[in-house]
Amino acid sequence: MIDTTSTRGTPESTLRNEEPARSSQPPAGAATPRVNIAVDDNRQTRAITSVKAQVDNLNFYYGQNRALKNLSIPIADKQVTALIGPSGCGKSTFLRCFNRMHDLQPDTRYEGSITLNPDNINLVGSGIDPIEVRMRIGMVFQKPNPFPKTIFENVAYGLRLRGVRNRATLAEEVEKALRGAALWDEVKDRLQDSALALSGGQMQRLCIARALATTPEILLFDEPTSALDPIATAKIEELISTLRDQVTVLIVTHNMQQAARVSDYTAFMYLGELIEFDEAAKIFTNPSKKATEDYITGRYG
Amino acid sequence: MATLPNAVPEYLKPDSIRTGLSRRKMLDQVFVIVGLVLMFACLGILAILFMNLVMDGSERFGWDFFTNFPSRRAERAGILGAWVGTSLIMLVTAFCAVPVGVAAAIYLEEYAPKNWFTAIIEINVTNLAGVPSIVYGLLALGLFVYQFGLGQSIAAAGLTLALLILPIVIVATRESIRAVPKSIREAAYGLGATRWEVTKDHVLPYSTGGILTGMILGLSRAIGETAPIITIGALSFIAFLPSSPVTSEFPFISFAWLKDPFTAMPIQMFNWVSRPDQAFQANAAAAGAILLGMTLLMNAVAIWIRYRFRKKINW
Repeated sequence: MIDTTSTRGTPESTLRNEEPARSSQPPAGAATPRVNIAVDDNRQTRAITSVKAQVDNLNFYYGQNRALKNLSIPIADKQVTALIGPSGCGKSTFLRCFNRMHDLQPDTRYEGSITLNPDNINLVGSGIDPIEVRMRIGMVFQKPNPFPKTIFENVAYGLRLRGVRNRATLAEEVEKALRGAALWDEVKDRLQDSALALSGGQMQRLCIARALATTPEILLFDEPTSALDPIATAKIEELISTLRDQVTVLIVTHNMQQAARVSDYTAFMYLGELIEFDEAAKIFTNPSKKATEDYITGRYG
Repeated sequence: MATLPNAVPEYLKPDSIRTGLSRRKMLDQVFVIVGLVLMFACLGILAILFMNLVMDGSERFGWDFFTNFPSRRAERAGILGAWVGTSLIMLVTAFCAVPVGVAAAIYLEEYAPKNWFTAIIEINVTNLAGVPSIVYGLLALGLFVYQFGLGQSIAAAGLTLALLILPIVIVATRESIRAVPKSIREAAYGLGATRWEVTKDHVLPYSTGGILTGMILGLSRAIGETAPIITIGALSFIAFLPSSPVTSEFPFISFAWLKDPFTAMPIQMFNWVSRPDQAFQANAAAAGAILLGMTLLMNAVAIWIRYRFRKKINW
């Protein structure tokens, strides 16, 4: 685990001295080398060997209100990328661009691109159906939201939408997904019980299983543990760490310790802008921006 | 704090807190008593009305009352034509009002863009619920009876009452659809469901309880409606039944009854009440008690359904 307190000793003066340098730089993301950590060996960061999705100059508008400003970051394949930042900084808005959840609201608009590899499509482009995007990119929400159906039907729903009718296939995939979400042993004897009878943590793992059942290319987590107790949270975090072997994970979290524990890469956002993106170890021990430093040391947020 | 003990204002002292509290609690009690009195007054009036009807009509209650056609002799007159007519009309009403009402509600809640046009539609749906029922009767007389050539039939009556309860069904359905949490819709959309899939797999199944409740409440309003049915020309003395919906020959189901003339419970009551012969008042009272009983029974079913579904789905 990364000790976030170690940065607290940094003298204020040094941080202040950095300020002019920072303001002279263009805002993060505006075609700056911020995103080029893959080639920046001097910083001794782990190179992103494979990019699952490349965000380029992404802007997002609610009506006239520009909620995201020129975001550009790579999302590493089969790694966990965390988005952190104070409330209202746009991290959830950013996350929801990946599966086009905003399209359900009227008067929203995307600019720029999120290029999904390997087939090189723009997730926020007008040429792609948002439903296709949602079928390929799964999402787990802030509050566990299982359907008031049986445990089995919850996990099977995504497959049913894809036209799977064969009972054996369904049963097999449901078991695989539940195992993947570390829930199988707890529910294998009561798959036909209502999902609403589960505990909060189990419900959230059920929602993860539901998303996993259709083998998404990217799995989005929108503050998945904010409604859970510490024990359930620990289980979910452990699960997310194991998931990185099979799927690219993007997680929004309010909890910096959580971001430090689970993520490989971390992006710090503030007021709709990307302030800093780097390897998690670097962000939490030696951030290069004062704003990041202030946030992770608890000065605001 | 530098405030001295004697600087504590009077209203913060324990003694004045206590006296103030006992006064406020007394007001609380007064409200409880006033509420109870008013509630029992309402219930009492209904109970007295019901008992009165039952007592007045007591001599008529019996199997014969349900199986006899109207007659010139009060003691032999029954409500066979009326309750069969009412049941068939309710059947038509339910079959017409529920699909249309539910579909309209789904459209308004799930599909319609939120703009001035849908806002006007929404306001007017609510306004329709306040239109006097006789106006629906006049509309139906012109439209269903003459324009569509349905005549003075069960179909025309059923359609008229369907129009009448449509706003009730729409409003009740919209409310129960709105009660399905947004997070459930998001979960389904997040898996790649289309709007129709979200509606049919989630929104509708989870709001069935509320929809059924709305339907029954609408029907229990329609069952007692007299004015529109008189307007379209219900018969008040009818000594035959509509043709049977079940036949002995293939295809075993007949819809000929839709075109048959009819009478209904409130019409039958109205007819008896307006007779000079005092003996028919007992018939009217008995029919009234039965109609009231049917309405209460339907409301009870609505409450039971709501309870069942609430228990099953607890967000």
